Amino acid sequence: MAETLDENVLDIAQEWRKAGREVALATVVQTWGSAPRGVGSHLAIDGEGQFVGSVSGGCVEGAVVAEAIEVIESGEPRMLDFGVADETAWEVGLSCGGKIKVFVEKVG
Amino acid sequence: MDADVLHRLNEARTARRAVVLVKNLKTGKDSLVFEGETVADDLPGDLIGEAFRTGRGKLSESEDLFVSAYLPPPKLIIIGAVHISQALAPMATMAGLDPVIIDPRTAFATPERFPETTVMAEWPQDCLPGLGLDAYTAVATLTHDPKIDDPALTVALEAGCFYVGALGSRKTHARRIERLTDAGVAADGPSSIKAPIGLSIGAATPSEIAVAVLAEIIAALRQRPDAAA
Repeated sequence: MAETLDENVLDIAQEWRKAGREVALATVVQTWGSAPRGVGSHLAIDGEGQFVGSVSGGCVEGAVVAEAIEVIESGEPRMLDFGVADETAWEVGLSCGGKIKVFVEKVG
Repeated sequence: MDADVLHRLNEARTARRAVVLVKNLKTGKDSLVFEGETVADDLPGDLIGEAFRTGRGKLSESEDLFVSAYLPPPKLIIIGAVHISQALAPMATMAGLDPVIIDPRTAFATPERFPETTVMAEWPQDCLPGLGLDAYTAVATLTHDPKIDDPALTVALEAGCFYVGALGSRKTHARRIERLTDAGVAADGPSSIKAPIGLSIGAATPSEIAVAVLAEIIAALRQRPDAAA
């Protein structure tokens, strides 16, 4: 199940933190239209830009990782808004565009 | 998120305990609400109740709060490796339930009949204690044989499973209630058994009965009274 995969992200985030790595957690907090991943989906990112999980099935992970590294450095959380362009949405197998709101925070 | 909050959240998930995370996006404060606990006055009780019921997260209208639920993946214990079970097990998997089939009759409980599902050729009273039945477990007894069904019903009722259903007519069920009550199962237990099993949709074939049973299980899961209040 997708939920199971998502929840493993939280275990991995905790393991990373325990191992002394800097960690940020990104969470989908709202979706419109045919967003690829549901509300509550997680992406965990470390200070080196390694990540597990997904918030969009691949569309915006790159941008989220870049923002997450800045969040880790500053310690300040951010709310990100993404509109999945029709063309991109088509490529990930959706027939129409979606929008997602992603909250990115540092794991302290 | 505080590392301690993440740790407690993961602990609850490992222990199959339902928990809701309330994230204050303005202050950065995280609060965990465990199922069955009283919700503090300064937290949004309605959103928390909804999250426990639906398992889905939601942003508050003001966009100040994000409320998300972490519910244990529901399990389905099917007693009886029968024809209905052959349809019910794969349907349940598709719906996100994790099915296990139990039947001590070795001719029924074979991997050939259930290639995709865990099948245990054991008596329910012997193997159920090891399966960790809880409030996120559904039990459906389908053998028609009291020797097999009754012990499973007893264990399921004692474990507080969110759904306990039993195949059999009203007459069969009346006798079943008598037997369970005589055997000392708590008074309100037997009356909570869903019987005849399945939503009333006029199901005629084993596959149709499986649809009716699965729908009844989903209704029980999603229409639970507010788990936290």
